[in-house]
Amino acid sequence: MNLYLLAPEISLCGLAIVVILLDLVLKRKGILAVVSVAGLIVPGAFTLALWGREETTFAGMLAIDQFSLFFNLFFLVMAALVILSSVDYVSKFRAFQGEYYALVLLSAAGMMLMASTRELISIYVALELVAISLYALTGFLKDPKSSEAGMKYLLLGAVASAVLLYGMAMVFGLTGTTHLEEIAQAIPGGGLLANPALLLGIVLLVAGFGFKIATVPFQMWVPDVYEGAPTPITAYLSVASKAAGFAVILRVFYEALGAVSLDWGIIFAILAAITMTLGNVVAIAQTNIKRMLAYSTIAQAGYLMMGLAAVSALGSSALLFFLGAYALTNLGAFIAIIAISNKIDSDLIGDYSGMARRAPLLALALAFCLISLIGIPPTAGFMAKIYIFNAAVQYDLTWLVIIAVVNTAISAYYYLRVVKVMYLEAPPSEEAVPSSASLRAALSFCCLGVLLLGVYPWALLRITQAAVDIFFP
Amino acid sequence: METGIAISFWILAAVMVASALAVVWLRDIFRAALFLVLCFFSVAGVFVILGADFLAAAQVLIYVGAIAVLIIFAIMLTRETQRGSPSGRFRFIAFLVGLLFLVTVTLVVVSTDWHAITEIPAEPTTSSLAQALFSGESGFVLPFEIAAVLLLAAIIGAIVLVRER
Repeated sequence: MNLYLLAPEISLCGLAIVVILLDLVLKRKGILAVVSVAGLIVPGAFTLALWGREETTFAGMLAIDQFSLFFNLFFLVMAALVILSSVDYVSKFRAFQGEYYALVLLSAAGMMLMASTRELISIYVALELVAISLYALTGFLKDPKSSEAGMKYLLLGAVASAVLLYGMAMVFGLTGTTHLEEIAQAIPGGGLLANPALLLGIVLLVAGFGFKIATVPFQMWVPDVYEGAPTPITAYLSVASKAAGFAVILRVFYEALGAVSLDWGIIFAILAAITMTLGNVVAIAQTNIKRMLAYSTIAQAGYLMMGLAAVSALGSSALLFFLGAYALTNLGAFIAIIAISNKIDSDLIGDYSGMARRAPLLALALAFCLISLIGIPPTAGFMAKIYIFNAAVQYDLTWLVIIAVVNTAISAYYYLRVVKVMYLEAPPSEEAVPSSASLRAALSFCCLGVLLLGVYPWALLRITQAAVDIFFP
Repeated sequence: METGIAISFWILAAVMVASALAVVWLRDIFRAALFLVLCFFSVAGVFVILGADFLAAAQVLIYVGAIAVLIIFAIMLTRETQRGSPSGRFRFIAFLVGLLFLVTVTLVVVSTDWHAITEIPAEPTTSSLAQALFSGESGFVLPFEIAAVLLLAAIIGAIVLVRER
């Protein structure tokens, strides 16, 4: 086995251990965040050094290809941004700051493994690595809300894991193997209706993975967990955990179940329509901005699933592009919220009134990210929606695109309401809202990325097209 | 021999299902935990029938031994267990959904031609399991290593969550 191919993940786990050990000896805890972010350069460099290779190791269980390398970079950038946006939050803890960063890094390692393994047991263990780290991070604050969120996430996550394992057992029992490519060869002909066990297995797999990406009807944990978790972890859950779910769905469904792709395509199309509609309609009634964004991420999962419903190279590359655009946008919105709520100590939309006068740049950044979430040019969200709608139309899913366009119009209402509160209403006080350097750095990275992808999407688009090529030889 | 195995399977299966139902239905959480131990035991029995000696031993050591003790300790250290588990508002719907799932799975399992082996492995399975886990060419080394990292994350998470505020 070639351990070098696993170097990004190994170095990332090593970094997590280094951070914990440094926490023991260092007096100035601020250095921990610097070490964590700077240390991410090592796995990033290994990923770039592997760029362009297409190999497997560990008896075919680990695949290094453009797809897994794309997600390696994606999760490393997400982890760096989340750590940067956590600095203020974490400095309030008396102890266990190193453990916080280490858990973020370990879950990022698990997400990278989720995207690069092609064997069901490895996929499951990697998924649990992500989940366990995130359960602990969700309950990290130990106040009643955070503990309740962690508990709910743990219980529902355990049920979802059980359902997922049931599905994997069905697939294993039918095909006699857990390797994705061998499953593809062993799938009996005749489509899904001739193989009820395969149909049940696929439904259970969709349910298990659906929990990760928060699709209807497995979305009920999202609002409570997002509200109670520390806000940087909410951001992490909403982008990285979701992206890992989509990565593993693409891998499993294209590599192992490609022969029955027509059948699962329609499952995802129906789920997409319901998910985006429910997310958007319920988001309208929210008064807490974290809950509003929680429902908004459910709606965005619906748009993302259009890329799964359009079973084509175009659909999946549009899905990856949408993931990139959505991740930067959503992280940007959450970072702005972290900065604002640090000062005003409230997550209610009403308390954001007049924020444009108290913190002009923060309000501008938040408004920009919300506009990108709607999908108005010149933002990344606009380009992402164009590509994914186009892919769906090409795949004869015009009905789904119409539903998505109607939903986009609905979503504009609640996103723009926040902008209106910030810009048109009078502030309760004129006191300025300061923000730390690390938050500003992370926020400007996100906003610049959103703008860049909005005006020059071609570079990322080429990468995503190369990434999904492995599924369409 | 064949009928003996069949009879012991059905006895074990009946005990397993009955004790699992007792876990769900009993109000007294301590008794529910004890029935859970019984359920784990009968699963170990099924492993023995299938010739999976290592799995049977691991089941007894880990589930019947460690996990059961852990659950019972947790119950004894928790206040207000006398009140028992509250009855949910969705009991009827949950029952219906569970029944529907049971019927579906049963129909699927019965109607499918599984990749089943018919002969019980004669030799002890420990060494072949070790081969399957650790052999260089085809072994499941990767999930084993990820599981090690998973345990590390779980330990860190547990320490963080039990700290004093």
